[in-house]
Amino acid sequence: MMERIPILKLGDTLIVSIQGDLEDQGVLALQEDLADKVVMTGARGVIIDISAVEIVDSYIGRMLATIADILRMLDADTVVVGMRPAVAITLVELGLSLGGVRTALDLEKGVALLDHVRSTPR
Amino acid sequence: MPVSTVPFIQEPPLTVQADAARRRIEELLRAEEELILPRWHAIAKAPADELREIYLALLSGFQEGEDLTEVRGALAELSRSRARQGHTPSDTARAVFGLKEAVYETVERDGTAEALLGFTWFSRLIDDLGLFTFESYASAREKIILDQAEQLLELSTPVVKLWDGIVAVPLVGTLDSARTQVVMEKLLQTLVDNGAEHAVIDITGVPAVDTQVAQHLLKTVFAARLMGAECVISGIRPQIAHTIVTLGIEFGDIVTKASLADALAYMLRRRGIEISQAERPRIAVRTEHR
Amino acid sequence: MTGDGPLPIVSNADIVAVRQQVRTAAVESGFSLIDQTKVVTAASELARNALVYAGGGQVRIEVVENARRRGLRLEFHDEGPGIPDVEQALTDGWTTGSGLGLGLSGSRRLVDEFDLDSVPGKGTTVTVTKWAR
Repeated sequence: MMERIPILKLGDTLIVSIQGDLEDQGVLALQEDLADKVVMTGARGVIIDISAVEIVDSYIGRMLATIADILRMLDADTVVVGMRPAVAITLVELGLSLGGVRTALDLEKGVALLDHVRSTPR
Repeated sequence: MPVSTVPFIQEPPLTVQADAARRRIEELLRAEEELILPRWHAIAKAPADELREIYLALLSGFQEGEDLTEVRGALAELSRSRARQGHTPSDTARAVFGLKEAVYETVERDGTAEALLGFTWFSRLIDDLGLFTFESYASAREKIILDQAEQLLELSTPVVKLWDGIVAVPLVGTLDSARTQVVMEKLLQTLVDNGAEHAVIDITGVPAVDTQVAQHLLKTVFAARLMGAECVISGIRPQIAHTIVTLGIEFGDIVTKASLADALAYMLRRRGIEISQAERPRIAVRTEHR
Repeated sequence: MTGDGPLPIVSNADIVAVRQQVRTAAVESGFSLIDQTKVVTAASELARNALVYAGGGQVRIEVVENARRRGLRLEFHDEGPGIPDVEQALTDGWTTGSGLGLGLSGSRRLVDEFDLDSVPGKGTTVTVTKWAR
């Protein structure tokens, strides 16, 4: 059975760091786990670090967008951080945009972005 | 890039007759060296010692069961040295083909059926070797061109830091698809390396863009966005703006600025930095928390 | 490692395995990081297509060479329902499944050569080639 991706909690922010090659169910499980955890902890922000991810295909890309949409409904903002240049170029070539997913260069900037988003009234 | 080898024409299985014909040519080449070599030299107008080297390599190649590695080496050397002296590859190939003429005179004198039959085979062999000089010349040239193109690419695509968190790529000269792609990759990597969230692609020095180049620029901007950075394109000349609109390329919500200075001012504002001129000519910089 | 016969695509884990095999082959063929990522992503899309639309299939990974460069050729084959309208299937956003419909059209943009051969009721073969720059 596949391992579940660990979710860390820091204040009211959840942090997930995806390591290595993702299986489709792994992403699906992450979606469920994050939704559960957001509800359970009342977290307001989620950071998904994909700096160790070597490829994002349309399925994984769509799942990231879906996760952001679901968490949005649960009143948490999602930031995807650390996308590699090669991955970004490939996604653009593939014709995929991540919809409304916010992105940041690295974890630190992701945290700053969440702060910024939450300090501006919606 | 290694010199590609010309595959020799696949010989049909040796008949006794063809074998004898070849051997006759070999014998003639060996026996009449004193006659053939000077004749070749006269026709080819190439250095005698180099021709001699090729000739001997050919002979020893025959002895080794038609192993022509050595001949090719000598030919590649001839091709190179003659290119340095300003000869065209056609000159060099013609020099090689000259061996046919020189040998034919000997074959004619010999007059045997074997020799005539063998000459057909020999002639084809020389044709292949002539073409090989062409190939080695072309691939040597190609390597030089590739190296230069690569160096040029390196030289012509600097990514410079304008401010903390702001980088710029000033593009100068004609953009082709390959170069634009290199720029794109380099810029995106710089964003990661410098933690820069803002980038300016300045195309003031670019005389024209075509659809492909414009597409690459757009893709760069989109890729940067996916990574969490913002790109502005500056220095679009009127003609280029015209081209882009005429080609129907959708720039959408991409920010474009007239000059690099405007782009920098815009980026600074985005970063919450305000620049104002004081009464005395002095620039004051105030940073605001975003 | 490549050319050892086709890799099966019958489960989600196989998609990951295909990605890894293609990555290894791309590295060995001297692909740049960007081109590796592109060809692996294309492989991932096509493997998933075979799994989702045809219930499974296989892929043959082959290192190819021409006079000037090396490349990778991937041949995905399935015995699924086939694609009735190839033209339509290659349009962005067209899908019969639950995806975004970027699998075929998107992966075509990621490779240099793309060849789709489909017989309705018999199956589909997609052959893609990417050259190292």
